[in-house]
Amino acid sequence: MLYFLQKNDSNLLRTLMTNHALSGAQVILDCLKREGVDTIFGYPGGSAIPLFDALLDSNIKMVLSRHEQGATHMADGYARATGKVGVVLVTSGPGATNTFTGIYTALMDSSPIVVLAAQTTTPNLGKDAFQECDTSGMTFAAVKHSFLVKNPNDLPRIVKEAFHIARSGRPGPVLIDLPKDVTAGNCTASFSDEIDLPGYKIPTYADPAAVEKAAALLKKATKPLLLVGHGAIISNASRQVKELAEKLNAPVVETLLGLGAFPETHPLSLGMLGMHGTAYAHKAVLECDLIMSIGSRWDDRIVGKIEEFCKGATIIHVDIDPAEEGKILQPDAFLCGDAKLVLEQLLPLVSRLDTDDWVKTCQTYKKRYPLTYPKQGGLRMQHIISTVYELTKGKAIVTTDVGQHQMWVAQFFKADYPRQFISSGGAGTMGFGFPSAIGAAIGISSELKWPICCFAGDGGFQMTEFELSTAAIHKLPIKIFVMDNKYLGMVRQWQDMFYGKRYSSVSMEGNPDFVKLAEAYDIKAFRIKRSADAERVIQKALDYNEGPVLIHCECEEEDNVFPMIPAGAPLTAMMTEPPKGQLEKPTGST
Amino acid sequence: MATFDRNTSAHCLSLLVANRPGVLVRIALVFSRRGYNLDSLVVSPTLNPDFSRMNIVAHGNPEILVQIIKQLEKLVDVIQAKDHTGSNTVEKELALIKVRCKPEQRTEILQLCDHFKAVTIDMTDTSMIIQITGNTDKIDAMKHLLDKFEVVEYIRTGKVIMLRGEDIT
Repeated sequence: MLYFLQKNDSNLLRTLMTNHALSGAQVILDCLKREGVDTIFGYPGGSAIPLFDALLDSNIKMVLSRHEQGATHMADGYARATGKVGVVLVTSGPGATNTFTGIYTALMDSSPIVVLAAQTTTPNLGKDAFQECDTSGMTFAAVKHSFLVKNPNDLPRIVKEAFHIARSGRPGPVLIDLPKDVTAGNCTASFSDEIDLPGYKIPTYADPAAVEKAAALLKKATKPLLLVGHGAIISNASRQVKELAEKLNAPVVETLLGLGAFPETHPLSLGMLGMHGTAYAHKAVLECDLIMSIGSRWDDRIVGKIEEFCKGATIIHVDIDPAEEGKILQPDAFLCGDAKLVLEQLLPLVSRLDTDDWVKTCQTYKKRYPLTYPKQGGLRMQHIISTVYELTKGKAIVTTDVGQHQMWVAQFFKADYPRQFISSGGAGTMGFGFPSAIGAAIGISSELKWPICCFAGDGGFQMTEFELSTAAIHKLPIKIFVMDNKYLGMVRQWQDMFYGKRYSSVSMEGNPDFVKLAEAYDIKAFRIKRSADAERVIQKALDYNEGPVLIHCECEEEDNVFPMIPAGAPLTAMMTEPPKGQLEKPTGST
Repeated sequence: MATFDRNTSAHCLSLLVANRPGVLVRIALVFSRRGYNLDSLVVSPTLNPDFSRMNIVAHGNPEILVQIIKQLEKLVDVIQAKDHTGSNTVEKELALIKVRCKPEQRTEILQLCDHFKAVTIDMTDTSMIIQITGNTDKIDAMKHLLDKFEVVEYIRTGKVIMLRGEDIT
């Protein structure tokens, strides 16, 4: 017996001390603790009661959301801000289906979350029992992996494997379907650190031959460009990216989710690439003779028309996911591995290139085509964002919702630090911004004293606004900027530019008074109507430290985001200002 | 069945998969997401009871298929996915063909069976079931010749493949 106790097997220890077996639910919570989980986001229900009951005796913090979608985005925001696995706990049926948008959002952006979805009892599976739903079946296409647990004794292994899969390699969401008789039943299996996943491979270092090839290609380049994506942040490769850029003397562009991987205030940074990226980033992409992607997947909003993208330029692609090789573009060298490790392999093989003229050219573009916005007229979202950036000196965690304000935050909040900018990229999930800010605030609150600034449009905010309760209860230091233009601005912009200004279902007529809404939740709120008031009010909101604060920004109603490249068009089709007259409908889907 | 594009070709894939619930659905989803239909599918146990072998025949654009194979390999429960098209393999299918025939037609049918090394596995006054094994073309040819009689039912397994020599498929 002493032998087992020395192995620090708390499960067995408790079994021996209490002389009865632990329930599946207790074992799951013990497993979570072993995985380093300190917080769970969730919502209870019938099938989940054994788990919620066990939670009362556990020191894991339970954050009760107001909707399961909110809980899932919170776990996602927590994961993106901390790099740890976010955990969601929901009941069966509608509880589980409400998480799907969040699961898909996490999959598209490679965010590590584990969703514990309760289920009806195993004998009831497939019999249309109350709140039964084939959760595993319905989520196959939206998860990195999933498990349906049939036997409580499988729990220690499955929870271990779920966390391992969620956080390693290319991270992603993992779902565990937990029938009630499994969580309520006895588990006598002891914890094991063994993982039985013979088909699961985690790339680490790249093939040395590919690294040498990449080094040789870089040596020949005269106009090299680094494209840095989310993968660089996930693998904590920021230092290596900076080292590579400086060693080569190569300019850097970033994807939306790559923002912060390389300091945007660095002289070599050209900001964001993509549909609404900077003009100077696109100029550089059009002229470069080599582009090296580090942890980006050539998203359609980056490359536009594939055949025209970097035509004639050498392509080097660093990605941890072997299935990304050649998915969009055929690279000249594919370095499959963890960005940080691959760059460490590459760094000793490269030296400074003769790129002074190239860097100078890019910096000239930066001066010649700066990001601007009209200073006249009503309150501009760009002005709000710039003011927040200046007043916080860039030291804030920023989360966004989806749409025009998202693009403006990406343009005007110069992210210098990895994990500082949190946004739904691949999925473009409206309703993500606010709950992800709650998750981020809970994840980092004890370590970092930065404010959490959430920017959300009036449309997206209303999709998850009920989480105001969650933010209020936990007194989270979130500054919620509701960027209200009374429109679904991005869709309206497309209808304006490509559909003859035929506005269809984009008016947000019926919006609440967001200040009153916040006050109904006992949340401090401010309103900004004029640009002249922005600095004073934002400073007050930033200084407020007794919990969340909402700032209702009543913005210019029909402002459009520029630069813009129509979907599916080549990068040369970039517009830096509103076009004269009607444009062709875009060929790309979105 | 797939609607074949002129630029597509048949590919024969062999997958080694973990015997876990849902593995077949996950694999099928990778194909269906790219608009691929499977021509045939065989699932069989292997020497190790923890794993199964799947042989899949699918038609389609070769470049997309390369992508599909990578995405199959990415699945946690797939240990290995390989395209064996053009490699040195033995390939076999089996078909059962039920023919309605009068006693005086039997001799000709049996001659056909003899030629194709097919066997009759059921015979009545008015019908017989023929079992034939071989590669796709051979079975197609036999079926074609039997069409002049009255074929009332026809079923075919998917293709099973194995690398020649000592190499493991």
